Amino acid sequence: MPPERVDPLPLLTASRVIVVAGKGGVGKTTVTAVVARAAADAGRRVLVVELDGKPALGALVDEIPLQSIDAPSALDEYLREHGFARIAKRLSSTGVIEVVGTAAPGIDDIVVLGKIKQLERSGEYDVIVVDGPAAGHATTFLTSARGLLDAARSGPVHRQAREVIDLLADPARCQVVLVAMPETTPVNEVVETAYALEERVGVQLGPVVVNGVDVAEGEPPLDADALDALDAADGVLDDDDREALRAAAEFRIARRQMQRAELARLAEELALTQVHLPALPVAGVDADGVRRLAAALTAEVGL
Amino acid sequence: MSAKRRSGLAGALHGAEVIVCCGSGGVGKTTTAAVLGIEAARDGRRVVVVTIDPARRLADALGLTDGLAAEPHHIELADAPGELWAMMLDTTATFDGLVRRYAADESQARRILDNRFYRNIAGALSGTQEYMAAETLHALHGDERFDQVIVDTPPSRNALDFLEAPGVLTRFLDHKLFKVMMLPARRGMGVFNLAAQPVLRATGKVVGSDVLADAVAFFQAFAGMESGFRERADDVLALLRSDVTRFVLVASPRHDTIDEAMWFAGQLARQDLSVSAAIVNRVHPTFGTWSAQQARKRAGEASGPAAALWRNAAELADIVAAERGVAEPLVKAIEGAALAEVPLLRGDVHDLDGLAQIGAALFDRQ
Repeated sequence: MPPERVDPLPLLTASRVIVVAGKGGVGKTTVTAVVARAAADAGRRVLVVELDGKPALGALVDEIPLQSIDAPSALDEYLREHGFARIAKRLSSTGVIEVVGTAAPGIDDIVVLGKIKQLERSGEYDVIVVDGPAAGHATTFLTSARGLLDAARSGPVHRQAREVIDLLADPARCQVVLVAMPETTPVNEVVETAYALEERVGVQLGPVVVNGVDVAEGEPPLDADALDALDAADGVLDDDDREALRAAAEFRIARRQMQRAELARLAEELALTQVHLPALPVAGVDADGVRRLAAALTAEVGL
Repeated sequence: MSAKRRSGLAGALHGAEVIVCCGSGGVGKTTTAAVLGIEAARDGRRVVVVTIDPARRLADALGLTDGLAAEPHHIELADAPGELWAMMLDTTATFDGLVRRYAADESQARRILDNRFYRNIAGALSGTQEYMAAETLHALHGDERFDQVIVDTPPSRNALDFLEAPGVLTRFLDHKLFKVMMLPARRGMGVFNLAAQPVLRATGKVVGSDVLADAVAFFQAFAGMESGFRERADDVLALLRSDVTRFVLVASPRHDTIDEAMWFAGQLARQDLSVSAAIVNRVHPTFGTWSAQQARKRAGEASGPAAALWRNAAELADIVAAERGVAEPLVKAIEGAALAEVPLLRGDVHDLDGLAQIGAALFDRQ
């Protein structure tokens, strides 16, 4: 991998809309917050968008504006603004929207993407970071527009689908940032998702952000020499301490080796720039952790 | 946590005919379900594990490659007197099976199964996947081939929706649109009259008239089948509430997944159901008897390579302390239930050997 210094922030924020996507448990929400924080600290006007109705993101981004978008209200708003106010009223008062959204697959997704497009067009923000849909839903979310163009051949939903396709196809306006962890299954899954998005959506893929990378730092280094020193340290340590120190060191070294191997495999299988976020010694990242990671992001040396 | 509580996992699951694993996405629910299945097979039971969306290599380990997934598939296990089977939840096929079961005749079944609206909602409407998981579990519980069914729930907060109110099939059958459409169908109104209803006319303008016509045809074809569906839902619910069913929470030592596990515990408590066990996956192992502060002090005093060793010990101790702190509220919330930890391993788990290693940790057989 190239040794030269890379500043990942311009890569991450190369488009106005950044959709952060990844499977459950890889830290998608954390990465959303970190990208938003880094962009805000760099003086950009940032909006964070969340789609799952989860309150966690708000606590991570502090004062950065956050907008929640849910499908029923996005559809309702869209209809009101496009001369269908009476329909909107009927649909909401009967609670029909959920069933309608499912019966014509993609409507839910399209009105949400349409709302994001509207925010992007408003010119109020330099960067809109979207905490993408959960689990394996990212591909269907982003392909919804093409599906709907065929299903609804005219009417407001058709127009909306067309405009969303324009947004997704323009790398200056929108890109997808995939999130992974340096372990076997998450690497496999991010590679699969990347190929699926490339084939079926045609959206620009930004860098892959890898969460929880245990970066070896500090002097002297934790390596084979350190382990050798244990054998030489007769009499300084009691036997239990020595064996525990050895086990701890072997565990850490083995985990780092495994991570390095997985990162190398990711580089081999996916020709996308990798941005690594260091593992923090915490049980889940909070707003303070987000600040630390954002700082680490802008200081990152190409790995 | 004490060794006594850890060994409680086997006790907590003793005699279970159904085990439901709940938790947020990515915490290792499927892996846990597979480990519990292997353990039961080692214990001489014939067990079937139903999973939702296994990662590919785990699916391979369980023999769930394409085409074998929708029916229980036998997995060869060395040294197991019982049997291990696995299958994937197929929401659409399960829904199709229910339609066939409750249709008055073949032509009613066909009209529903061929309907485009039905094809779209069968696999996708919120609540359907959760309900079909429960339905599959019920069917397998009645299957002579198995003593125990282990199911891994969908990674959503709706996973326990089917426990909410007895008799509720899904939000689908109780949905207002369903009622709007069923009512005139019973009165013998035709498709055209029905489509003239204001709310449906409005819907048609938004989604297109084709989608609407399909929907109306579906609801009319469905007429008469709701009572069969509801009775079946009552049976499923009775099984889930009986004492042969155990609920296991799965989390990782991070505040978000712990919060989610506690949320599930609260949902179960509201239904007068209790958590039998909680499993916290991927916990950093503890090395030595020192605290992080003590290790850091020794790192400061040491020179050369020894400083690196003590610094590593301090960093790992920091993480362990943080993980213990974050899991503490869950430990308190499920007082009385079994609690087990699975250590973070040096590599990823995706084969039967790895699953056996986790089993050894869960059931204290190191």
